[in-house]
Amino acid sequence: MPRVTPTSLRKELFANPLDGLVSVLLITGLAAVGYRLLHWALTQAQWAVIQANSTLFAVGRYPIEQQWRLWLLVALLVAATGLSWGVLRGLPLRDRPITALWPRNDRIGAIVLVALGSWAPAALGLTLSIQVRWWGLTGLLLLMRWLAGRYGSRLGKAATRALPLVWPLLYLVGMVLIGGGLGLVPVGTNEWGGLLLTLVEASFAILLSAPLGVLLALGRRSSLPLLRWGSVLYIEFIRGAPLITLLFLGQNILGFLLPGGLAPDRIWRAAWILTFFSAAYLAEAVRSGLAAVPRGQLEAARSLGLSLPQALAQVVLPQALRIALPATVGQFISLLQDTTLLSLIGLLDLLGTARSVMANPLFLGKSAEVYLTLAVLFWCCCAALGLGSRALERRLNPPSLGR
Amino acid sequence: MAGRLSASPPWWQNRRLVPWLVQAAVGLVLVVVIAFLLGNLVRNLSAAGLLLSWRWLGQPASFDIAESLLPFSASDPYWRGLLAGLVNTLRVVGLGFVGSTLLGTLVGSASFSSNGLVKRLARIYVEVIRNIPLLLQLVFWYFVVFLALPNGAAAIQLPGIVLAKSGLFLPGFEGGLHWTGPSLVDGVWQAPLRFTPEFGALLTGLVVYTAAFIAEVVRGGIAAVPKGQWEAATSLGLGPLLSLRRIIIPQALRVIVPGLNTQYISLAKNSSLAVACGYTDLYSVAETSLNQTGRAIEVIVILLAAYLAIDLVISLVMNGLNRLVQIKER
Amino acid sequence: MPVLRKLLPKVSLASTLGLALLLVSCASESGGLQSQKIDLIKGRGKLICGVDGKLPGFSFVGSDGAYSGLDVDVCKAVAASLLGDPAKVDYRDLNSSERFAALASGEVDMLSRNTTATLTRDAAGGNALSFAPTTFYDGQGVMVAASSGVKSLKDLAGKPICVESGTTTELNLADRMRELKATYTPLKFQTGDQTYAAYLQGRCLAVTSDRSQLAAKRTSFPDPSAHLLLGEVLSKEPLTPATTNADPVWSDAVRWSVYALMQAEELGITKANVAAKLAQAKANPNQADLRRFLGVEGDFGKTLGLPADFVVKEIAAVGNYGEVFDRNVGPGSKLKLDRGLNRQWSQGGLIYSPPFR
Repeated sequence: MPRVTPTSLRKELFANPLDGLVSVLLITGLAAVGYRLLHWALTQAQWAVIQANSTLFAVGRYPIEQQWRLWLLVALLVAATGLSWGVLRGLPLRDRPITALWPRNDRIGAIVLVALGSWAPAALGLTLSIQVRWWGLTGLLLLMRWLAGRYGSRLGKAATRALPLVWPLLYLVGMVLIGGGLGLVPVGTNEWGGLLLTLVEASFAILLSAPLGVLLALGRRSSLPLLRWGSVLYIEFIRGAPLITLLFLGQNILGFLLPGGLAPDRIWRAAWILTFFSAAYLAEAVRSGLAAVPRGQLEAARSLGLSLPQALAQVVLPQALRIALPATVGQFISLLQDTTLLSLIGLLDLLGTARSVMANPLFLGKSAEVYLTLAVLFWCCCAALGLGSRALERRLNPPSLGR
Repeated sequence: MAGRLSASPPWWQNRRLVPWLVQAAVGLVLVVVIAFLLGNLVRNLSAAGLLLSWRWLGQPASFDIAESLLPFSASDPYWRGLLAGLVNTLRVVGLGFVGSTLLGTLVGSASFSSNGLVKRLARIYVEVIRNIPLLLQLVFWYFVVFLALPNGAAAIQLPGIVLAKSGLFLPGFEGGLHWTGPSLVDGVWQAPLRFTPEFGALLTGLVVYTAAFIAEVVRGGIAAVPKGQWEAATSLGLGPLLSLRRIIIPQALRVIVPGLNTQYISLAKNSSLAVACGYTDLYSVAETSLNQTGRAIEVIVILLAAYLAIDLVISLVMNGLNRLVQIKER
Repeated sequence: MPVLRKLLPKVSLASTLGLALLLVSCASESGGLQSQKIDLIKGRGKLICGVDGKLPGFSFVGSDGAYSGLDVDVCKAVAASLLGDPAKVDYRDLNSSERFAALASGEVDMLSRNTTATLTRDAAGGNALSFAPTTFYDGQGVMVAASSGVKSLKDLAGKPICVESGTTTELNLADRMRELKATYTPLKFQTGDQTYAAYLQGRCLAVTSDRSQLAAKRTSFPDPSAHLLLGEVLSKEPLTPATTNADPVWSDAVRWSVYALMQAEELGITKANVAAKLAQAKANPNQADLRRFLGVEGDFGKTLGLPADFVVKEIAAVGNYGEVFDRNVGPGSKLKLDRGLNRQWSQGGLIYSPPFR
């Protein structure tokens, strides 16, 4: 990043008279908008609607006495995030070696996290015991980051490779913690809501659509006509239909397609629809990755005596997936955003919860506050995913493939 | 066994047999699954007395549609209502193409501005808009922005244009060749051209959202033109405008047009979120029809077919356009 | 042609769809499905009840996450009578346009969602529902801002009117305006909260719905006195729980569970005295009516596929119809609605249970 100095500022904003004029106009406009927004946010907006309903937004109607399970899950997730962050940081970059335990971007990230972790709970007016929990979580994240960064390099290659497997594993643990079973009190899906439901649906669809998408992409490029046409039809059908009609189909027609009582409940039905929907788009992302791998690679692998599945799994797919990574993460981000459509079919995801909160007489007409909060929340989640993917991409691309 | 006779390779490595076995297995599974689903469908539908029938399409819809280019009243049949919904969808999609292309091109080319502020703003616009769900943006535009507009005499008035809670009012020709502007009658604005806030919110939301993606496509397209092309054009003595028009744009379009195709299709599909802000599009009419008739399968088939057709038409047109801009070998 | 090749997937998809459609259309009617709904519910241990969820007085989720309201109490009553426990209910919030599909596909066992009973919804050739007894006799009304100067429906000609899509109110409004030969702009929203939000923000001059619903919503407005209900009643709106036609046994069980609430009020059995009444019935072999009603003798429960003491369980859980009404929408609630048509027949109302015999 270039340093901002008066000279560079002048060169950027006032290089010639026209630029100067545009800059002045823009700065005035931005200042006016910024001032009004700030004025509204600090004096007119009534953030009580967020404060009073923060639990509803976070977990919906999840029973209070069982919420410790969610806290435990969040702690596990936070620990895994810190671990991945630290290990990822420790991987060598292709263009420059590892410089420090805490590079500049990480220092900024840590400061932002600490600031957020101490300010946000207090600003939301949460009780002290919950505030302390958030401080603890922030501390845990940084601790894991430090441990992984400090000692991560000693883990060895096998452990580093196994690290991504932590996430699906954590998903299974999470589902038990959320849904109950194995000695925990079951909590029905109709009591899940808010951010919890949004994340459950999105993560389910992300985890399952990835392998499905790879299979479809391979199918579409297969030389077997039945596989190819089956995949093509599926992909084009899904991509030709708006998600809302598919969700509508899932809610209204799936019950007719399966024998009575066999259809999953509406939460999982929606999750499956999201999965099938996302798989078609992922297939296209992976296909473009496959197309970028020279055909010779497959032929070379086959001639070395690898069977077709072996050749695909060990030679072609690793390269293709690496190339397809940005598009894949882009699809995951849009999947996360697409979960808002669940509110249109009556599920209480984050947006659905927001809509029901605004139906509450006490908070009528507070839509600006609620929608803005949701927007910030979604923005943070999506931007974090994008940031993570870019970091991953820079570390995965070996020099030979670097573009 | 063929494999055993030829000794090597074993049958599961036979390059002609295995593909057929795989296909046969996949085909069998597909047929069984489809037969199972269809069987259930027919059984469950007949149990509910809802076997496919299209007669309801001809019956009077008995609901009204707020704004429709096609004249429609409650006594018209369902198919006409669905058609009016389709026309409403096409209207917002068509204007959406124009708006998002203009805004997207503006923002996309702004990333190449010599002004650092403009460049950064374009970046921020794209990063902010792309990371917020469209549905959230739509309800925001409708409930927070459009419904908060002042009404009646307090409306925002520019020469010939009025923006009020009841809509955007534009001047136009009325009764032949009378150029008339908006006027306030009994506290209600009237004008030859009027856009409702529902339409306005949907269109604004779609344009702002899609433009962020189109901006990326445009930026990618321009970036794909090697810098040397600019320098070569300048050294040939072409002015900036001329070199843009004759050298840069034709090359950039080759990258941009295929990308636009995807964005246009997704805009068309996203228009089905109209229900969130009260605009009566095809999906909204279909949902109401389903509710009045209970004909879930028929309604969903109509919906899927309609969106598929729109998708097909867009692809057709964009492919034609693509052929126009690709390199012609002479 | 390269273009054609590019579009081939899409074209073939379209033709496949067409073919599949043809197949389904040609499929002949085959044997009926006898769904054993009651077994399913018993096996599951929970009744799944479709409600509105956002309508104070009828079905509403409080800040504590618990459902309450008249519609909710009907769900609880049915759960108590079938499963013996009013808490064994899973509520599904359904908006007006998805409710019938949810019922038809078996996602919910019954609807108790301020649904108007109509011919088309009942008929086998329509929505194929089976209606239980009406739990609330209502009529469609129109609410306007007091300051708007609107006195009757006629004044709304040419004006925007907010209405929830997929409701009978949407259709009635179209009919009434057609009779008046008045054009108007119907602004339709998927959910009630959006409809009222648009009305409160001044997008429409009026909002139309069931009068009870309008009254209920008005109590939650910032300034209730600034809104008034027009005197005109646009239609009859008998709000009625519903099941599907597919399982008559289950429909009857729901029907008589609801009747039991009404009969209990007629017999003066309340939540408070039901235990005493039961003891009294057991002690007095002469009170045959009471003994039959409370399941001490006879086998009403068995003939319906319900436990013998279903009435006792129900009344102990939610009280009789009068109690349910008072608690949720009557004097005991914020809504303070008059019993009106919803009085017992003996007091000039329409609440009338056929004999338990």
